[in-house]
Amino acid sequence: MQLIDQRDIAADVATVWAAILDPDVLMACVPGCEFMTGTADTGFEAVVVQKVGPVKARFTGVVTLSDMVKHQSLRIAGEGKGGPAGFAKGGANVTLTPTESGTRLAYEVEANVGGKLAQLGSRIIDGFAKKMADEFFTRFQTAVEGEPEEVAAPEEKKKGWLKRLVS
Amino acid sequence: MPKDGGIGASTKRREDIRFLTGKGRYTDDINLRGQAYAYFLRSEVAHGRINHIDTKTAAAMPGVLTILTGDDFVAMGGNPAGWLIHSRNGDPMKEPKRPVLAHGKVRHVGDAYAVVIAETYQQARDAAACIDADITDLPAVVDMARALSDSTNLVHDEIGTNQCFDWGWIEDNRAAVDAAFATAPHITTLQLINNRLTPNAMEPRASLGDFDPGTGDYKLYTTSQNPHLHRLLIAAFVMGMPENKLTVIAPDVGGGFGSKIYHYGEEAAVLQAAKLLNRPVKWVAERSESFLSDAHGRDHVTKIELATTKDGEFLALRTETMANVGAYLSNFSTATPTFLHGTVMAGPYKTPLIYVNVKTVFTNTAPVDAYRGAGRPEATYSLERVIDKCARELGIDQAEIRRKNLLTPDQFPYQTPVGLVYDTGNYQATLDKLTDIADLAGFEARRATSAKNGKLRGLGLSTWVEACGIAPSNLVGVLGARVGLFDAATVRVNATGNISVMTGAHSHGQGHETVFAQIVADRLGIPAESVDIVHGDTSKIPFGMGSYGSRSLSVAGSAMTKAVDKIIAKGKKIAAHMLEASENDIEFKDGSFSVAGTDKAKTFGEIAFSAYVPHNYPLETLEPGLEETAFYDPANFTYPAGAYACEVELDPDTGHVTIASFACADDFGNVMNPMIVNGQVHGGVGQGIGQALLENTTYDENGQLLTGSFMDYAMPRASDVPYYTVDHSCNTPCTHNPLGAKGCGEAGAIGSPPAVVNAVIDALHRAGHSHVTHIDMPVSPARVWAAMNQA
Repeated sequence: MQLIDQRDIAADVATVWAAILDPDVLMACVPGCEFMTGTADTGFEAVVVQKVGPVKARFTGVVTLSDMVKHQSLRIAGEGKGGPAGFAKGGANVTLTPTESGTRLAYEVEANVGGKLAQLGSRIIDGFAKKMADEFFTRFQTAVEGEPEEVAAPEEKKKGWLKRLVS
Repeated sequence: MPKDGGIGASTKRREDIRFLTGKGRYTDDINLRGQAYAYFLRSEVAHGRINHIDTKTAAAMPGVLTILTGDDFVAMGGNPAGWLIHSRNGDPMKEPKRPVLAHGKVRHVGDAYAVVIAETYQQARDAAACIDADITDLPAVVDMARALSDSTNLVHDEIGTNQCFDWGWIEDNRAAVDAAFATAPHITTLQLINNRLTPNAMEPRASLGDFDPGTGDYKLYTTSQNPHLHRLLIAAFVMGMPENKLTVIAPDVGGGFGSKIYHYGEEAAVLQAAKLLNRPVKWVAERSESFLSDAHGRDHVTKIELATTKDGEFLALRTETMANVGAYLSNFSTATPTFLHGTVMAGPYKTPLIYVNVKTVFTNTAPVDAYRGAGRPEATYSLERVIDKCARELGIDQAEIRRKNLLTPDQFPYQTPVGLVYDTGNYQATLDKLTDIADLAGFEARRATSAKNGKLRGLGLSTWVEACGIAPSNLVGVLGARVGLFDAATVRVNATGNISVMTGAHSHGQGHETVFAQIVADRLGIPAESVDIVHGDTSKIPFGMGSYGSRSLSVAGSAMTKAVDKIIAKGKKIAAHMLEASENDIEFKDGSFSVAGTDKAKTFGEIAFSAYVPHNYPLETLEPGLEETAFYDPANFTYPAGAYACEVELDPDTGHVTIASFACADDFGNVMNPMIVNGQVHGGVGQGIGQALLENTTYDENGQLLTGSFMDYAMPRASDVPYYTVDHSCNTPCTHNPLGAKGCGEAGAIGSPPAVVNAVIDALHRAGHSHVTHIDMPVSPARVWAAMNQA
């Protein structure tokens, strides 16, 4: 499966670029990531727990960064083995473009699964991969920008409304 | 009326009592002392190079007894293909080795490359998860056309191509067929797919291997349709042992549909492990493993062309087919798309010129082999669909175009242009019978009723012929068969007059134990309950070839009949002595030997007793005992035929197709048990409806099986099939076997898919969607809706 999307991040290209190469940011952004070690140069080792349809598994695998053109583009590729559950592998080609308000991060993701995952969960892989990618880049955006204010604001209002009700 | 229990009686199936009360004894019901369990580790990738398999951690896991990989089987032979096919240019087919466990490369998802033997199944499975296999992922070859055009990416590197063979049938016809097409007044062309199917027998494959170190004898309990064939393949080709050191027992087997004809690596692996460990080793497939590793069926992509006059008279037929054989050659995979497919392309019609071309292709998918009908459903579907399209193009009624081209009764025996000689048939009679039982005249009224309910009703027909009971051995040998296709039976009359019949056929749901007893009882004039049928154990039965290709009755049943005739002949000699008469004056009738024209007689029981207690017996000229064996090698195939009508109701809003009615008028020759024949037709048509509307084995472009469970692979359910109207009264008995029987096991699955699809196209045309000329199977709601709504 393949998906293409983009999002605007309120930070300059150099900040976004640095965040992508930061293992702590990466670990915080990969949904279900329990453990990650390594560097951008040598690649990262990771343990990720995920449930895909009826199959829940702990994937151990590697994440590598390649085709790096500083401040412009790179490829993030990952491959995880889930034991009897099968394997998942995928990659994202990421490009960064400066915009007036910060950086446009565009990505093309492809994902493949094999083994039990493909046998039992094939119907839900596309939706699952989209959800994973969305979550990854949302978390990444949050990590770079800090808590988005426009999300926090209605939260505040809601609280006020709730407070009024109970007080 | 036939005597109850004799030929022609709808005797209830005696085996059903044990099946329905849970007393069946299947391979998994057999447990031996000290038994260990096997778990096979299967490839998750469709194509990969095995660099290293590290079993150290797994071997130290609790309960693990041993772990074997492909390295442990390199000294063994390969699992062979049963037919050697030659290409049009005379080259023999490419025949890569099929090892017990994958070695060097894994070639399809589900290809087993290691086996763990442990004290319990769970321990074996847990340990397998700890095997660390270093396998380099290679690009998968999945699409057949791409597999043929891309020679850089090979399933088997050593053969240098993904094409197994390029077969022409009959090559000498080719020029004449092409010439006929060059001048034909009308040509109908159709591209179609015979969709890939997963057999899904109710009982998954299972094997229990045992070894006796005292005698050096191996014993294999396994889910087999032909235990002697399994013994031959394992002993002579794979493991390399004298056949007499291996006993193969196929106890009760819960369905085969072809998938259990073949020898699979798991069987040799459990035998080898049993020897190494000196303990019995059992393996039972999980349903997921069945999806991944049982031989699949069909998977043809075909272009078929029919040349006709403007009046719809068939002049010539030409087909080009790509047939998938998957990653390895399963035992009959080379015969199925060739001699079981090209040879029936004439159907029941008098088409004078036919040429069939088949290219078989290796892909990184599970092996593909014979599945209920085996090649004949593929041929029949192609033929009946192109005829239907032709009729629409020429504006001829679908029954009329068939009637015009059917062979007539005076043309038998008929030499087809594709190598067969049809001995007998009356295709007009079955079509007339169908017209009656399907009430074709009332279709318009039923269509009007459906229309009132907002549904589109369509009528589809199919007139077909199949060739079954494949034979004779000397001919199939010339065509490339590496086995004989006879069968055998031993009739043992016990001293007290009851009988054990040992047959080479194997029942895995067909009801042999009932029908064979009827045949023997009828011929001997004794009650069927005094006859027992013994099958499925190579240490008890004579060398037979098992059950597939609708052969049991016509071949094994004929062997049995011959053996009974030998019993009667010997009985007459004994009776002549006892009655002090000439052997020529002894008549045998209704279980009694009598002297013609007198009331002097001896019962069958008295003769049997005398044979074993030979006090008053011609010992100087005749051996005591009453036991005879006969082998029977048929002179020809048998040719069942029929006419099927399917009516569908189609919901124009959703594209959903419902089978409104299904009628079958079949000619199976002489019928032994009408109730069992009805059941066979019901099951076959049910499977055909499954293929036509629901089932589709699908791999993604990486060779991952997307239909790996019943959540994604749609089997027909009770609500998907109609009440069947079945008739087999129009019979023309087979002329060359003693029972006059033809075979009915596959008929339903052969005749039904085109009837269903023709009915869907008919419904759409009658509703004005005349741009829809074809929809590939399975005709799912999405496909129908898309076809209706395309420009």
